[in-house]
Amino acid sequence: MVQDLLESSAGLMNFSIFFVLAVVLLFVILGFVTMAILAERKVLGFMQGRYGPAHVGGKWGLLQSVADVVKLLVKEDLIPKAADKPLFILAPVIAFAPSFMVMATIPLTDKLQFADLNVGFLYYIAISGLTIVGMLMAGWASNNKYSLLGGMRAAAQMISYEIPLVMSVLGIVLLSGSLNLNDIVETQQNSGWFILWQPIAFIVFFIAATAELNRVPFDLAEAENELVAGFHTEYSGFRWAMFMLAEYVYMFAMSALITLLFLGGWLPLPFLGFIPGAVWFALKFSVVVYILIWFRATFPRIRADQLMEFAWKVLLPVALGNIFLTALIKEFFLK
Amino acid sequence: MIRTEEMLLNVGPQHPSTHGVFRLVLKIDGEIIVEAKPVIGYLHRGTEKLAENLQYTQIIPYTDRMDYVSAMTNNYVLVHAVETMMGVQIPERAEYLRVLAMELNRVASHLLWWGTFILDFGATSPLLYAFRDREMILNLLNELSGARLTFNYMRVGGVKWDAPEGWIEKVAEFVPYLREQLKGYHQLVSGNEIFLNRTKNIGIYTKEEAIQYSLSGPNLRSAGVKWDLRKDEPYSIYDRFDFNIVTRDEGDVLARYHVRMGEIVESLKIIEQAVQQFPKQGEIMAKVPKIIKAPKGEAFVRIEGSRGEIGCYISSDGKKEPYRLKFRRPSFYNLQILPKLLEGESISNLIAILGAVDIVLGEVDG
Repeated sequence: MVQDLLESSAGLMNFSIFFVLAVVLLFVILGFVTMAILAERKVLGFMQGRYGPAHVGGKWGLLQSVADVVKLLVKEDLIPKAADKPLFILAPVIAFAPSFMVMATIPLTDKLQFADLNVGFLYYIAISGLTIVGMLMAGWASNNKYSLLGGMRAAAQMISYEIPLVMSVLGIVLLSGSLNLNDIVETQQNSGWFILWQPIAFIVFFIAATAELNRVPFDLAEAENELVAGFHTEYSGFRWAMFMLAEYVYMFAMSALITLLFLGGWLPLPFLGFIPGAVWFALKFSVVVYILIWFRATFPRIRADQLMEFAWKVLLPVALGNIFLTALIKEFFLK
Repeated sequence: MIRTEEMLLNVGPQHPSTHGVFRLVLKIDGEIIVEAKPVIGYLHRGTEKLAENLQYTQIIPYTDRMDYVSAMTNNYVLVHAVETMMGVQIPERAEYLRVLAMELNRVASHLLWWGTFILDFGATSPLLYAFRDREMILNLLNELSGARLTFNYMRVGGVKWDAPEGWIEKVAEFVPYLREQLKGYHQLVSGNEIFLNRTKNIGIYTKEEAIQYSLSGPNLRSAGVKWDLRKDEPYSIYDRFDFNIVTRDEGDVLARYHVRMGEIVESLKIIEQAVQQFPKQGEIMAKVPKIIKAPKGEAFVRIEGSRGEIGCYISSDGKKEPYRLKFRRPSFYNLQILPKLLEGESISNLIAILGAVDIVLGEVDG
């Protein structure tokens, strides 16, 4: 449907349809983010022997995140005197905007997708890389030593983890012969989910994705016990909210990507095809999000230098080996 | 070569991981610490000077506020010093209550340390588990003394309150419960690869250095020195219990972790035995005068607190207030080795090393 619209002539009608759809998607994601934050707090509470939010908005603290967002929005806008003002204001925007841009290529079902790019996966990686610039800017512009250290850590970490992230997916690209996310899912229809074919890649990808998302055990950029709050130490109110929002939207995007690449996207389990694809997608996706939250409840944080070592000395060679192995298998067994 | 510049970084007094109002002035090159200078005194309340104008019983609440995580041992060291000067014989039941209170408090203190230490590495769950179990101890001590942290429980000659009905049974039930929980603690943290990577071979000092820097408590025992006042200079009724001194030879952060975890187990052993031997009847206060006057002279006693040796020196001129009172506060002495340990370490290790020293700022600043 969206594809037809994209190819039709540009008119006011088409534009407004597009605009409305984009706004709808925006609200779907924002809705997810508020629910994801609530879910994270509830699951963490459950795992840590406490309740989590319980009062705002009825029984389960359903409106807790909404209340938090409202509070952040009406909070006084503070900019430190010594900060680099233009950069300070620009940084959250630069960190935040790409997180929504990547959502465009992610197919939620076989029909619901905004842009069916041939280089969908590459687009995702390229755009999400921009967020680092925002973090680095925030770290620099705050004129705070903790922020600077946090920003530097963030940049170093995300750059080094992007490489194993991409490398681990190359095996899948070899098997499916495409970078298009739609095609990748369709290949899995015939061959079975790629988690079965590419278990090593899955593990590498999952670890690298957790690092990309800046989540425990790789949340060094904002390690509050060492760097107070890392690159957003000086941020408060809605600017801080933007960083947080970007983080959770990325969680959405990355979980969706893992679902698409390894868990067969909207494809159903055998004999359960009568359940619609969107439900399957949501289910698999929720499992991935749950595992990420589970990580947070379990692991301590890795040390900065060990983190870099792990990326370059362990993950990257494993990912490269996986490509080699996949190529061999494809050459000799799948021809 | 890249030209690098040293940066001055002020850690604290308001920083999430300094466990109070502790300040460290760091000279860092990148993330490597070139020089570390601890600054203390933000919580100084002049306990020792105030004590010179207070009667002995009035000083006890002040000792609660020194090491507020393990107030029972502080209570004890003061009354123990006065009792030594006066030569008071303490009733059996009071001694058992004291030992139970002190050991429960030691467990609570180590649990709090365990939670916050792991929290420093960014894991949030252990803190909540530790607090859940510590809460049960605090409830027990609350029933005993009427307070959760600042107990003000011991008096010269005995203890203020007798154990309420059923209290001993509750303590007896708590011991196996915590033993079971400890298994879970070890499962969650002790074998965790990330945790081991962050604690092994970090912040090492040798036996000799530990003694030179006057370290005590778990910090000393983690370097392989077998020294525990409960065993080596038994006070109160500690010679009646069968327990081991936990030591480690590595002298690194992980060793300090294991020593403290082991001490929880040993304390539970003592509690178990004390519950079994607990006298059914008996006085909880010795016959002491209404207004306590220490005889002219001086005395120094030391006991094994949760963080190390707590000493109390009293110089008396026979009045109802001490002429001079001095506490040896173990956190303060344990902190001395910090600048040496931090040199050349990264900021991430700073958190691990500082956390492993286990300081309570109320005690450091006095």
